[in-house]
Amino acid sequence: MGHISLSQVTKSFGDVNVIPPLDLEINEGEFVVFVGPSGCGKSTLLRLIAGLEDITSGHIAIDGQDATDVPPAKRGLAMVFQSYALYPHMSVRKNIAFPLRMAKLDKAEQDRKVEEAARVLNLTDYLDRRPGQLSGGQRQRVAIGRAIVREPSAFLFDEPLSNLDAALRVNMRLEISELHKQLATTMVYVTHDQVEAMTMADKIVVLRAGNIEQVGSPLELYRKPQNKFVAGFIGSPKMNFLTGKTAAAHGADTIGIRPEHLEVSRESGDWKGIVGVSEHLGSDTFFHVPVADSEAPLTVRVSGEVDLRRGEEIFVSPQLEHLHRFDAQGRAIG
Amino acid sequence: MATKASRSSARLMISPAVILLLGWMIIPLSMTIYFSFLRYNLLQPGSTPFAGWENYYWFFTDPSFSAAMVNTLVLVTGVLTITTIGGICFALLLDRPMFGQGIIRIMVIAPFFVMPTVSGLVWKNMFMNPVNGIFGRIAGALGMQPVDFFGQIPMASIILIVSWMWLPFATLILLTALQSLDQEQLEAAEMDGASWPNRFWFIMLPHMARAITVVILIQTIFLLSIFAEILVTTNGGPGVATTNLTYLIYVSSLLQYDVGIGSAGGVVAIILANIVAFFLMRMIGKNLDA
Repeated sequence: MGHISLSQVTKSFGDVNVIPPLDLEINEGEFVVFVGPSGCGKSTLLRLIAGLEDITSGHIAIDGQDATDVPPAKRGLAMVFQSYALYPHMSVRKNIAFPLRMAKLDKAEQDRKVEEAARVLNLTDYLDRRPGQLSGGQRQRVAIGRAIVREPSAFLFDEPLSNLDAALRVNMRLEISELHKQLATTMVYVTHDQVEAMTMADKIVVLRAGNIEQVGSPLELYRKPQNKFVAGFIGSPKMNFLTGKTAAAHGADTIGIRPEHLEVSRESGDWKGIVGVSEHLGSDTFFHVPVADSEAPLTVRVSGEVDLRRGEEIFVSPQLEHLHRFDAQGRAIG
Repeated sequence: MATKASRSSARLMISPAVILLLGWMIIPLSMTIYFSFLRYNLLQPGSTPFAGWENYYWFFTDPSFSAAMVNTLVLVTGVLTITTIGGICFALLLDRPMFGQGIIRIMVIAPFFVMPTVSGLVWKNMFMNPVNGIFGRIAGALGMQPVDFFGQIPMASIILIVSWMWLPFATLILLTALQSLDQEQLEAAEMDGASWPNRFWFIMLPHMARAITVVILIQTIFLLSIFAEILVTTNGGPGVATTNLTYLIYVSSLLQYDVGIGSAGGVVAIILANIVAFFLMRMIGKNLDA
């Protein structure tokens, strides 16, 4: 259960074509993350799968059954919304029980399932509270609980962590990953945060303007980005890009090198630059070094504490095996 | 207002307004109470001796009194039921995106801006008149006996007119409440398998509960004192069929020239209105806290 397949799906709002024809397979039990900058159509794509938006053309199949014209409730999917969308006038218990009540399960069965979900999500002590009396993280868990009790064939998450603070986000990330391991149900997760994508996904789908730029495992995308956009989007801090003569020397229109794949030396190296702003994180240090043929200063990552001052002249050399080469259209070479 | 000095100066500065408002309320109230204890008839000018509870005795034993109480109750509950349920329906309809939305909304709200006397007369002469009214003409064209609205179903006619005037108010308030509902909640309910009636019952209606409370409270206060519509249409009749408490007070003091009994009726009306307000607040006021 939980195989979703999209074939030639398009979506237009009036004259605006949001999603050009798109094909995608989501396999059973996979954790798939849609990632991309805001406005790239990732939420729309999720809503198309959920059935909250009608697709303009194409087909969606869930578990081999054509679901293109099936109403949302009948698709067997559960969704967690960005705003959580809890029902404010109902207690946590009633919120979680709502889908069961709509499915007309008997009362004892409802109670059993709600208790079970509450136990899994550590909500047992909060069952009689209203959503308004809960913290952001707890509300998030209630929203997940409401999704779990339906035992859906797949979960859909629409930027569920974007309203939480940084520390809580890390926790919830782990909790959702843990939940995925426990339930082994297909999960489709939308985010604009590539860190969430990298840490949680089995498969990442990078979207830009409704187009799928690349599909692959996190490390595949990190190691072998198919184009400049994916290369720049995946990885933190961003990949450095150089053009002009420097790139031509490597036989490419643009070359890309990640901050962690640069070596720093005071004596000799390929590119000369002057140390600009530096960010000391303790475990790592990031230097911003303006060099020739690069629009933005190069970001260089050095492990641990390094004693380099602003204004010092240094040499930066790329590790050639980690160099990414792109042609004039931004496609990866080789 | 942190310090003692600023608090007392604040009190000093708002006191003129408070005193003015208090006087505005207290002076007419105490005059009404004072008159209600006098034998004060405009046909016997000059002598207004103290009468004790006599005015109250006559007011309560007036044969129209019990009829007026029942009529007031029927009028208020009838209009409240129609406007609340109708208002919810209109709000649901107007909330849907449609062609010419802005104009339709203005048209729906328009009756609220018509003066009570004007709308009363328009209904009486242009719609409900059995000979010239549109309803009479329609009935005639269909070969049926025209209904003499104010003769045969006077109270229902008044309720219809007043409901027509207050429906826009209820619609307006309930529509704004409905528009403030988070769409994601409805989508979540849809995903949870709730059909439209379920979404209405479990999500929309609880969301509108506070607005419904406001509509009922405000309307009750105004509906207890409906007067102009009755005066221009039925004059409280036939008999006492459409005489409510307000109209009875008018009859006593201005048609029977007995200011004393009229004032006594006024005091009774004030007390009744306060009792109603008290129970309403207790019954549905808790909706306002949540």
